[in-house]
Amino acid sequence: MSDCHTASVPPQPIMIRDHKPLLALAGQPNVGKSTLFNLLTGLNQHVGNWPGKTVERREGIFAINGRDYAIVDLPGTYSLTANSPEELITREFILREKPDLVIAIVNAANLERSLYLVAELISLSTPLAIILNMMDVAKQEGLSIEPEVLEAALGVPVITMTATRATGKQDFYRVVKEMLEHHSMLMPRLPEIRADHQTTLDAILNHIQGYVPSPYPENWVALKLLEGDTEITHKMQRAMPAEKWEPVYDLLRQHDDALLAIASGRYEWIGRMIRAAVVHPKIGQISLTRQLDRWAVHPIWGLVILAGILGFVFWLTFTIGSPVQAWLDAQIVGGLGALANQMLAEAPFWLRGLIVDGVIGGVGAVLTFLPIMVIFFAAFGLLEDMGYMARAAFVMDNLMHLMGLHGKSFLPLFLGFGCNVPSIMGTRVIDSKPARLLTILIAPLVPCTARMAVVAFLAPAFFGSNAIFVSWGLVLLALFALVLSGVLLNKIIFKGQRSAFIMEMPLYHIPNGRTIGLLIWQRSISFLKKAGTTILGMSVVIWALSMLPNGDLNQSYLVQFGKWIEPVGRWMGLDWRLTVALITSFPAKENAVATLGVLFGSSPDAALTQTLTSTFSTASALSFLVVTMLFIPCMATVAVIRQETNSWGWTLLNITLLLVISIAAGAGVYHLAVAVGL
Amino acid sequence: MNNTDTISLTELSVDKHATILAFNIGTVETTRLASLGFTPGTTVSMAQNYGYGPLIVTVRGTHVALGRVEAAKILVERRVE
Repeated sequence: MSDCHTASVPPQPIMIRDHKPLLALAGQPNVGKSTLFNLLTGLNQHVGNWPGKTVERREGIFAINGRDYAIVDLPGTYSLTANSPEELITREFILREKPDLVIAIVNAANLERSLYLVAELISLSTPLAIILNMMDVAKQEGLSIEPEVLEAALGVPVITMTATRATGKQDFYRVVKEMLEHHSMLMPRLPEIRADHQTTLDAILNHIQGYVPSPYPENWVALKLLEGDTEITHKMQRAMPAEKWEPVYDLLRQHDDALLAIASGRYEWIGRMIRAAVVHPKIGQISLTRQLDRWAVHPIWGLVILAGILGFVFWLTFTIGSPVQAWLDAQIVGGLGALANQMLAEAPFWLRGLIVDGVIGGVGAVLTFLPIMVIFFAAFGLLEDMGYMARAAFVMDNLMHLMGLHGKSFLPLFLGFGCNVPSIMGTRVIDSKPARLLTILIAPLVPCTARMAVVAFLAPAFFGSNAIFVSWGLVLLALFALVLSGVLLNKIIFKGQRSAFIMEMPLYHIPNGRTIGLLIWQRSISFLKKAGTTILGMSVVIWALSMLPNGDLNQSYLVQFGKWIEPVGRWMGLDWRLTVALITSFPAKENAVATLGVLFGSSPDAALTQTLTSTFSTASALSFLVVTMLFIPCMATVAVIRQETNSWGWTLLNITLLLVISIAAGAGVYHLAVAVGL
Repeated sequence: MNNTDTISLTELSVDKHATILAFNIGTVETTRLASLGFTPGTTVSMAQNYGYGPLIVTVRGTHVALGRVEAAKILVERRVE
């Protein structure tokens, strides 16, 4: 664990709070926290990042009887010991922002495990209410839970819900109102620790009294010190004079086994809390999850299933996404272009050109990718929500070992099929720094939706009915390049280090339409924003460069630059137009198609695909697709790589790596294709 | 009892139960394991173990995937069934 991760989160005002009561939603991963958050806030939510972190931060508003409440969705965490940014964010938020009410959501079907976080939250002396979510699953598993018994045992309000079916919402509203209006505080029962450790805890508390910086409670700090929390240890070491810290340090060293005693103490407390409230079913029945996992995580069948799922997603893209995309291209882009041409017949030529070729031709072409994007967002949202992603990580563990990585690194890479930006951010799930850096370096080689969209557009144009095989080949080539670079980088730079693989395998469950729908909506909006800003700007710039200085394309700056750099493109069989298209793919990969649209003029009577087919040889087309697949990451990805590695050195190494790989692969494929007579 | 024995978790076969004894692993990993339900004295059962690659164990009603290297550092006492 590096120090940069344990730096404290600066306090950050809640954007939407504005004198409204503030609620915070806490819970372990896979307990249905997002589903509940979406159920409460609907579209009234704002998605951003935690300050200085790339952990997603969601906040929203909901109303009870006309009164607004602000709610923040804290990151999912198993405990409150600072092992990752998520745990740090959660506890810093609760301690610094002092929300009016913390709602801990737990999985009713697995109380023993999911109450562990509650055992920690309850010691923070913050107003707390507990939601027993997934009551339907608990019932299915034959568990019978008596919430009022649990409430009496815990000393805090307990509400039962099934967020996926929106049951229990009224109870929730009632409890929130009661707790905020009447400040009704029950007396929570706190977990205890073993007597001998209690003596140590008291001794530590004695030493640190008066030195604990605000807003941390002294007894909580003492407990975290005894648990070996690195962040709190550093904090107290800085806050205390050396001679005062020394006896504390000695105590901690003598009791470095206290961590497990404290954890055991929490589980004993949980055991006492649920003993009376939960009736367990007779054991022996094999759950649906066990049955499905016989196949899904089998060393061979698991891989077959994973390949099948990926194949199915690509197949959907080609059979539904591509035709819709082509139709939109012809109807909307073609139609709008013709209409604009007509309406602007009297306008100066540059204005007509700007609107028809620059804006409609460029942005329009990119917007037609939306159906393909939606298919990807839906597929990945569905797999994530069903609980399949952890299985994908598991079956890939063996392969990832080749690169000195483990299964967890596959999760961010898998996300990369959607977009490389969340993929680079997602590397935060990896605990060790070398493994994380290595994953970041190879992540841009995963073909993202934008690149797949370019392929989905160009491959049918060049290869007709063979497009699906060419696309599959391109994906396999990219993945081969990924594994090869991973193996080599691991040998050369990281000398074969590896980190721990410990991961919960959530139960499978029926996906929630609302959660997936909101995910598709949010990602589509962010894509449309990109189309309206970066891509629009780039389209106009490219159009302007293709017109300046005198309106003749063949004398334009763009053509001059393309011709100047063409010798490099020639190695790969690319002419200046394809080379320019490649360069303009840096701001956004989809630009490659938009640029070709501008360069060939997007007149509605001559579809771009036909023009392209008649202009370029098969070998050049293949090489262009290969280079597009492997080319330097887009602007947004580079920015995130810089942010996540916190180093320009690693960022430049990453860009150089991809530049070398793409040019080498492009040149290789081109000459091979020419040699076999394509 | 004398018909029990101490093994590493990797040696436990599928559907067999064992009691956790100790972890020979770093603080960070120990904290993570504890928050997922692994504490000394807890019963685990093996859900998947092909003798190579990662394995899946059930602990406190949760399925947890463990790398082989990590599992090898968890000492358990095999239960005779």
